[in-house]
Amino acid sequence: MTAADDSRNENTITSGGASSAAGHADVVAELARHFGDAAFTPQDTMTAMPVIWVAREQLRDILIYLRKLSAPFSMLYDLSAVDERLRTHRRGLPPSDFTVFYQLLSVERNADLMIKVALHERDLTLPSISDIFVNANWYEREVFDLFGIDFAGHPHLTRIMMPPTWTGHPLRKDYSARATEFDPYTLTVKGQEVEQEALRFDPEAWGMKREGEETEFMFLNLGPNHPSAHGAFRLVLQLDGEEVVDCVPDIGYHHRGAEKMAERQSWHSFIPYTDRIDYTGGVMNNLPYVLAVEKLAGITVTDRAKTIRVMMAEMFRINSHLLFLGTYLQDLGAMTPVFFTFTDRQKAYEVIEAITGFRMHPAWYRIGGTAHDLPNGWDKLVQGFVNWMPKRLAEYERAMMDNAIVRDRTKFVAAFDTQQAIDWGVTGPNLRATGLDFDLRKKRPYSGYENFDFEIPTAVNGDAFDRGMLRIEEMRQSVRILQQCIDHMPAGDYKADHPLTTPPPREKMLQHIETLITHFLQVSWGPVLPAAESMQMIEATKGINSYYLTSDGSTMSYRTRIRTPSFPHLQQIPAVMRGGFVPDLIAHLGSIDFVMADVDR
Amino acid sequence: MSWWTPQVEATLIAMVQAVVILLVVVVSGAVLSMVERRLLALWQDRYGPNRVGPFGLLQIAADMLKIFFKEDWIPPFADRTFFVLAPAIAMASLLLSFMVIPITPSWGVADLNIGILFFFAMAGINVYAVLFAGWASSNKYALLGALRASAQTLSYEVFMGLAVMGIVAMTGSFNMRDIVNAQENVWFIIPQFFGFCTFIIAGIAVTHRHPFDQPEAEQELADGYHIEYSGMKWGMFFVGEYIGIVLMSALLVTLFFGGWHGPLLPPIVWFLLKTVFFVVLFVLLRAALPRPRYDKVMNFGWKVCLPLTLVNLLITGAMILIIDPAT
Repeated sequence: MTAADDSRNENTITSGGASSAAGHADVVAELARHFGDAAFTPQDTMTAMPVIWVAREQLRDILIYLRKLSAPFSMLYDLSAVDERLRTHRRGLPPSDFTVFYQLLSVERNADLMIKVALHERDLTLPSISDIFVNANWYEREVFDLFGIDFAGHPHLTRIMMPPTWTGHPLRKDYSARATEFDPYTLTVKGQEVEQEALRFDPEAWGMKREGEETEFMFLNLGPNHPSAHGAFRLVLQLDGEEVVDCVPDIGYHHRGAEKMAERQSWHSFIPYTDRIDYTGGVMNNLPYVLAVEKLAGITVTDRAKTIRVMMAEMFRINSHLLFLGTYLQDLGAMTPVFFTFTDRQKAYEVIEAITGFRMHPAWYRIGGTAHDLPNGWDKLVQGFVNWMPKRLAEYERAMMDNAIVRDRTKFVAAFDTQQAIDWGVTGPNLRATGLDFDLRKKRPYSGYENFDFEIPTAVNGDAFDRGMLRIEEMRQSVRILQQCIDHMPAGDYKADHPLTTPPPREKMLQHIETLITHFLQVSWGPVLPAAESMQMIEATKGINSYYLTSDGSTMSYRTRIRTPSFPHLQQIPAVMRGGFVPDLIAHLGSIDFVMADVDR
Repeated sequence: MSWWTPQVEATLIAMVQAVVILLVVVVSGAVLSMVERRLLALWQDRYGPNRVGPFGLLQIAADMLKIFFKEDWIPPFADRTFFVLAPAIAMASLLLSFMVIPITPSWGVADLNIGILFFFAMAGINVYAVLFAGWASSNKYALLGALRASAQTLSYEVFMGLAVMGIVAMTGSFNMRDIVNAQENVWFIIPQFFGFCTFIIAGIAVTHRHPFDQPEAEQELADGYHIEYSGMKWGMFFVGEYIGIVLMSALLVTLFFGGWHGPLLPPIVWFLLKTVFFVVLFVLLRAALPRPRYDKVMNFGWKVCLPLTLVNLLITGAMILIIDPAT
C-alpha cells in the first residue's frame, strides 16, 4: 500500500464533491424555503448533484413539489435502493438499514437531484410514486424484487427480474453472491410444471378483459423466443384481430445480476462485466464506470487517454448504430441491409481489433487510462474507416430510408412527443427524435467532448422513422469526431501517473519497487478506493447510461447501481403501442434499439 | 402388333412428356432453393452455400438428405388429418396447375380449352393448404398467418382473374396454346401492360412471396402458418413455394411474353430463358424490398389493382369493338 493510498483511505464520505456548484444550490434552497430546513439532511457526495435525505412521510409532497417547480424536475431518471446494514463509513448520514434513492433530472435546468429515504429493516414500506412519475412503476417493482421493499399503492407490485417463484431478495447483503454458497440446483418434473405454470399469463391479474363488447381477445406470447424480440424479451399482446389492444412487457430473462457481481469483484476486475451490459456498446460501457471510479480515486486522466477513450467510444457508437440500422430494416422485412451493415461493422472491428485486441467486449479502459497505448499506424486504420463510412451511409439513406414502403411502415408509427419521452424516462436518440437536443456530450461534456466540433441531430415527429434517420445522422457526427481524433490526437501518456491507476504503467512497474508493490496489490487484491459516493452519466449508444458507485473504503464496491437506457424504453412500449397493429409493434421494437442485457443487467 | 396404333403411341408419348415435365418442375423447384440462396448471397455481398460440391451444387442433395431423414413430427395438439393434408395440397395444387402450360409447340401436358380457368381453380384450392395448416396447427401465430393468407388471397385472386380477361377477350379463348399462338407478332405485354402489372403483383401475392409474404412474415409471425411443421411436411411447403415461383414465371411467359416465341433460338430455349428471367426477378424482389404492412397490402389490392384491372378490361373491350365491331 503506498502512502498516497493510505491518506486517501482516511477520507470519509464528507470529502468534497462537485455538489456545491452554484447552479445546484437553488433547488435545495427552494426546497428549504418551502419545506423548512429541518425537512431534509444534505449529503456531500461526488455525484455532481445535490443529495438530500428526506423523511418517508414527506417524500410524495417533495416529489410533487419538484414536478411543479418552474423549470421542473420532470424526469425520474433512476430509482433504486442500497442495503446499508453492512456499511461502515456512514458518518453524518441518517440511520438507515435500507435506503431508497430517487434521482430526478431537469432538462430545463440541465441538473439532477437525488432524494434518499431511510428505512428501518422492520418497516420496509414506502408510498408508491407511480402516480407521480409513470416510469416509477418498473423501478419500484425492481426494488421490491431485489430488496424486498414494499411500495404501498403500487398498481402491480410483483417480481420483475427474478422468476415469480423465487425466494429471497438478491441485492440484500445477507443474500449470497456465489453459486458455491447455494445448494446444488435441482429441477424435478413437478418443479418444472410449477415454473411453467407460474409463467402462464393471467389477463385478470393485469386488469385485462378476456372479452370485449363484440370480440374475444387473443392473448399472444411474443417471445421470449421470437425473431423480432431482439433477445430474451417477452411481450404479451392482447389482440383484437391484429390490433394491439394492450400489451404487457415481461423482462428478466437476461438478468445476470451484474449489480450483485459488482459487490464481489474488485474495482478493477469488474470492468469486463460492464462490457456485457449493453453488449453492442463495447468499451462505451467501460466509460461511465471508469469515470466514476476515477472520481472516487481522485485521478485526473491525461488528455491522450481521454481522446483515445472518446475515439473508441465513438467507434462503438457507430458499430452499435450499424447493428441497429440493419436489424431495424430487417424488422421491416428488408433482408439485405443487415448484410451490408455487417460488412461495415467488420471494417469497424478490424480497427477495434488492431487497437484493443478484441472485438465485441474489449474491456479496454482501465482505472486511470486505457490498457495500452495506440499501436503504430492506428491513424491510417481509423482514417480508412472514416473514409469508408460516408458513402455507405448515403447509400443506406437513398436505398432504404427513401423507400416508400419503409416510410409507409415507419412514418407516424409509435410516435411520442418530448413530454411523453421525459415522463417515461426516455433518453438518447429516442428522446432526440422528438426534437429535444438533450445530449450529454454537449450538455455535460465528459472525457473531453467539449473539445470536439460536432452537432446534435434532432428530428421532429418522434416516430419510428425519425428514430432510424436520426441514428444515421448520429453516425455521420461520430465519423466527424473520429476525424478530429485522428487529426488532433494529443501526445503524452495513456495512463495517469497516480497511485491508484490500475494496473500502474508497466514501464514504472519494471523500475520502481514502490510501483511494483502497488501493481502486485492491485492485481491480486485490488485497489482500495476511499469511502464515498460517485456517479457518472454518459451518452451511451442507446441513451444515458450511468454508474452510481458507493464505496465503503474497500477493494470492492459496496453498491453499484447501473442505470441503463433500455429499461425505461421498454417500459414505455404499451403506452405508445395501444391501438397499433402487430407490424407496427415490430417496427417500434426495431426502432427502439434495445438489447436485453442492457435492460436486465 | 395390332395394339400398337398411332393412338397408343400418342398416349405413350404424352405420358412420357407428362412425367418428364413433372420431374423437371419438381427438381427445378428443389434446385431453386439453392439457386435462390446463391443469388441472394450475390446481391448481399456474401457467398451463400458454396461448400458442398462444385459451386455448392450438391447443397441441394445435402438439404434433401437432411429433410428426408428429419423426424416427421406432428404436434400432439394438432388436428392430424388436416395437418397432414395441408402440405400435400400446397404442393399438389401448384404442380397440377403446371399441366395447362404449353412449353413448346409439341410439349405440354394437357391442352385444355379451359386452361386459364383450371389454373385459377388450382390457385383457389391452394388457399386451403394455408388455411388447413394454420387451423390444424392449433398455434396462434399459425392462425394469424392463415387469417392473413385467406384475406390476402381472397383480395388478390379477384383481380388476378380479371387481369387476364383482357387477354382472353383479345384471343377469344381460354386455351393456353391459343393464347401463345395469338402472340406470334405482338406479345400481350404491349396491349395488356396494365393487365401484366396487376397479374404479376397478384401472382407474387398468391405464391406468398416477398414482399407479399404476410402469411409467413418471419419478423412478425415467426413463419406464420407453417410454424409447427418440420421435416418433409415442411419441405413440401418449401418446395411448393418454389414450384409456385416457377409456375407464376411460366404463366407470365405464356400469357404476356409470347411463350416459346422468339427469333433464332429453338422454342424450348426461349421458354426456359424467359421463365428463368422471371424466377430471378422473384428472388431479386425478395432481396430488394421491405415488407409493407398487411392492411396496406389489402388496401392496395382493392383500391388500386382492382380498379386498374377493371379499367384495363373496359378499354380492351372498347378497343376490340372499335377495331373489329363485326365479331
